Amino acid sequence: MIARQSGHRGSALWIAAMAHRISGLALALFLPLHFLALGLAIEGEARLESFLRWSDQPLVKLAEGGLMFLLTVHLLGGLRVLVIENFPWHEGQKQLATLAAAVSAIVALIFLVRVF
Amino acid sequence: MSDTLAELSVSLWRGAQQGRYENYVVPQRESQTVLDVVTFVQRHLDPTLAYRFACRVGVCGSCAMTVNGKPRWTCRTHVAKVAGGGRLQIGPLENLPVIKDLTTDMEPFFAKWQQAKGVFEPSKTRHDAIAQIRPDSRARVAVDAAIECINCGVCYAGCDTVRWNSEYLGPAALTRAWTLLNDERDAGNVARLQAISASGGCHACHSHQSCQELCPQALNPTAAIAGLKRRTTAAYLKGEIKA
Amino acid sequence: MTVRLYVWQRLTAALMVPLVLIHIAVIFYATRRGMTAADILARTRGSMVWASYYGVFVAAAAIHAAIGVRNVLTEWAPVTERRAGSFAMAFAVLLVVLGARAIAALVLP
Repeated sequence: MIARQSGHRGSALWIAAMAHRISGLALALFLPLHFLALGLAIEGEARLESFLRWSDQPLVKLAEGGLMFLLTVHLLGGLRVLVIENFPWHEGQKQLATLAAAVSAIVALIFLVRVF
Repeated sequence: MSDTLAELSVSLWRGAQQGRYENYVVPQRESQTVLDVVTFVQRHLDPTLAYRFACRVGVCGSCAMTVNGKPRWTCRTHVAKVAGGGRLQIGPLENLPVIKDLTTDMEPFFAKWQQAKGVFEPSKTRHDAIAQIRPDSRARVAVDAAIECINCGVCYAGCDTVRWNSEYLGPAALTRAWTLLNDERDAGNVARLQAISASGGCHACHSHQSCQELCPQALNPTAAIAGLKRRTTAAYLKGEIKA
Repeated sequence: MTVRLYVWQRLTAALMVPLVLIHIAVIFYATRRGMTAADILARTRGSMVWASYYGVFVAAAAIHAAIGVRNVLTEWAPVTERRAGSFAMAFAVLLVVLGARAIAALVLP
């Protein structure tokens, strides 16, 4: 029924909440895979080692960078909620949310630079 | 008669829950509000248009509608500020059943008000001394910051959690519960805390803060709901309310 | 979300703030010059410290993720709250089982 989304839905804090949700879903999907990968050590060091070498591929490293971004976004987004719910109200939250997005991107970029 | 500046291309929702947008051409005028535009259509172009208003000056909350995707008071929305390129799209408030055209059924909004126990429970009778409430007490300051709600429904219409969760009581009802929780004269807090701790209660809020952004009275339901979360958590951990 | 689920959700969240920060630090340390299985296992094999840290982390993540998924399902999927709750519970169990298995794989000699 709405032709155009505007105002409240594009706001930095709404985006922060959405990023928190989407990153949470993505991490939830990733976790079982992460545990399965680590569990390869049951079959011995060589098995885990061969998986780690497989993960040296650039595309996998890129995906890992994405995961670092998602993890940081989710952490900072969660902190946003914990602070709103447990500490006195602060103005300037939109700027902090934007800063959090930047920090997440920087963390992911630093990770990528180091592993490539 | 004011000078006509240009013509507005106005799209109004016609119908009920099912319906469609219909287009009208309305002369733009100086200091024109969106309510003026809707009124013009009903008076000069189509008398069958249904819409709601009362005070026209931003104190009653009756004229709230969705204007270019955003819920706002139409009497306090200047056309010049929102009609990009001379176009306006006006629909009824979201998240509420549509009765006809631009009027919604506010009953669910008020039903949730009751569910949240947004009703004062007296603790004294007329035979008792009048309660002495200090206006600068922390509790009263909290109440004063949240009490000026005129039930316009804008926050409810703008809330995505209301949209996604039909049980969610919504920002207005919860903000009223917060004011009563902080009212030293009120005796109904245990039941109230229990009511807002159930499935559609304050814990469903994700702090999107659309309510706070949109409230024409500059209230902050997000902060009020955060306060409710703290109070209900404390009550739950102390065993005063059950999950 | 009821007050009970809310409390569990927020408590595990608060607990995981330092755990995640440590995890990110470990990731950066471990990848400082190419990570091998030998590197990882040298750290984790026989370590009660790592077992405890990851044990707490897995438990907290399982609870937190399950409640989060439950919330998203009730709001975004056409399922009843009961169905969402059952799915979430199963997901939590899956995470605990796979997580415990991974910890065992890395810690047990």
